[in-house]
Amino acid sequence: MSWFRKEKQKLRATDRRDLPTDVFEKCPRCGEILYRARLEQNLFVCPTCAHHQRIGAVGYVQLLADEGSFEERDGELRSSDPLGFVDLKAYTSRLEAAQRSTGHGDAVITGDATLDGVPVALAVMDFDFIGGSMGSVVGEKVARSGRRALAEHKPLIVVSSSGGARMMEGILSLMQMAKTSVVLARMHDAGIPYISVLSDPTTGGVTASYGMLGDVNVAEPGALIGFAGARVIEQTIKQELPEGFQRAEFLLEHGMVDMVVDRREMKATISRLLRHMLKLPDPSIGPLESPPARRPGPRSRRGRGGRGDAARARRNDRSAKERPSD
Amino acid sequence: MTTPRLGFENDISELEDQIGRLRTMARQRGLEATGELRDLEEKLGQLRAEAYQNLTAVERVQFARHPQRPYTLDYIAGAFTDFIELHGDRLFRDDEAIIGGWARLEGRTLMVIGHQKGRDMKENLRRNFGMPHPEGYRKALRLMRLAEKFGAPIVTLIDTPGAYPGIGAEERGQGEAIAMNLREMARLAVPFVAVVIGEGGSGGALALGVADRVLMMENAVYSVITPEGCAAILWKTASAKDKAAEAMKMTAADLLALGVIDEIVPEPLGGAHVDRDQAVANLKTALLRNLDEVVTLAPMELLQQRWDKYERMGTWYEVAVPAD
Repeated sequence: MSWFRKEKQKLRATDRRDLPTDVFEKCPRCGEILYRARLEQNLFVCPTCAHHQRIGAVGYVQLLADEGSFEERDGELRSSDPLGFVDLKAYTSRLEAAQRSTGHGDAVITGDATLDGVPVALAVMDFDFIGGSMGSVVGEKVARSGRRALAEHKPLIVVSSSGGARMMEGILSLMQMAKTSVVLARMHDAGIPYISVLSDPTTGGVTASYGMLGDVNVAEPGALIGFAGARVIEQTIKQELPEGFQRAEFLLEHGMVDMVVDRREMKATISRLLRHMLKLPDPSIGPLESPPARRPGPRSRRGRGGRGDAARARRNDRSAKERPSD
Repeated sequence: MTTPRLGFENDISELEDQIGRLRTMARQRGLEATGELRDLEEKLGQLRAEAYQNLTAVERVQFARHPQRPYTLDYIAGAFTDFIELHGDRLFRDDEAIIGGWARLEGRTLMVIGHQKGRDMKENLRRNFGMPHPEGYRKALRLMRLAEKFGAPIVTLIDTPGAYPGIGAEERGQGEAIAMNLREMARLAVPFVAVVIGEGGSGGALALGVADRVLMMENAVYSVITPEGCAAILWKTASAKDKAAEAMKMTAADLLALGVIDEIVPEPLGGAHVDRDQAVANLKTALLRNLDEVVTLAPMELLQQRWDKYERMGTWYEVAVPAD
């Protein structure tokens, strides 16, 4: 018999407090535990290491559009599954699942807004919708955004975030690259500014079409941007890829983007760029009180020499005619 | 060099062998069987024609990649005259996966540009198996602009597994080079006919293919990703490539039905590699006819039609109320 017998008492925890799981978040890069409300206030950029988390389409609309100015257009467009595509799952059920989980009709949100008072056409891709892949609906919505920019002589801003063309729409996805580029060609001839914002990740067919065609290409820090996927490259060359390969800073170094801009500076930077290209006053003077006057018709383009007379004559003839607007 | 055969081609040639053996046997034994033999041969001919008309998608892929298939230089040598190859993008180097230069088609000057695969390992190392780097696309664009400067039509011949996925290609802007070609092809005010002669591998193919008329050889394929790549991503195994090839609708007939191409150029029975001269002649006929149709258009009209065609591509529907 033991002398020091002690009543055994189970350890009892005080009442479990139900902590909502989304109050704190751990930065995937530096591991810092972050208070989510603070993080949100900081536009999902880690205050410690400046790591940019993905924010999705709605986040970018809020980031760039003046408060209350965004009006969605073409939100009713849906994929019609042109090939009747079925892999391990039916494409239609993938679409439904993505529509349910994201609340969007497809992988891009488009609309009209003002940015520091400047009217713009805005298209923002959402990576959460089937990897931000570009099928007919994405192509058509981006093309329509460009056509609105053309018709109303206002700039186009596209925020890309995409794994590339949507395989489930086969060759028609590939043709969206041509379609969007045709609209950008017409905008280019009409002297309408186009800013391409490359967010994490932008690869494949989107990089190889409107992603890289900005008058100014702006990338977010650390964003993965490239044509071929890293795995495909590694399998092809049988080598490991260098650190930082295909990151925004790598593209800046190789001359493929104009600048890498911190998300917290993004809107101000785009505002300044637009005002330069539209010949509007410096934004430090303050937001525009009234929308800028519509600029006169298309400028003559590519005035520099080096082209044959015949080609130049055709060109002038082309710009003299009224450009079709949809 | 033996010609690689498809599965059903082995069956056909086995039948041929059997008929041959029957004939020798008949001759040796002095039997009169020519009538029956002729019937059999006729039947074989029909069977063969039927078989080649009903190729599966993955069989067409094998045809499109056939090592003896005519390549861009074969078509240039056979259908064009007075070809002068031009080299280099003036920026980095000459990419031999794409060739181009002035040539004549029935005496008319035009610019011909195409992907070029190699016939043997040595040539393939030089030509990178027909997979261009950015400088290849930039050379192509330089030559297209040269054609425009002198009002010459452009013909492109598309035959590539895809744009090369490598470190240098990414560093020098593979995406930018393709994108710029897509945009600039929409601004070239000269007649432009593109032909997919073999493999139309995704963006690497499209970068030569925004044209007034897009033709496809009967056994060529054109797709957003290789069947192997699609199978690996969506079916999680590359062995599902047959299913992927079928599902992606990548044959000439599929693309014609989808409105992506304008015409199918017939190939000789058994594929372009069986009778290269015939394949070249068929392509030449189709090219001449299509060029005749587009050269009559005024530059602005030409561009307007090109824009309209591409801006219409794709299918969608509209729901009454946006979900969000």
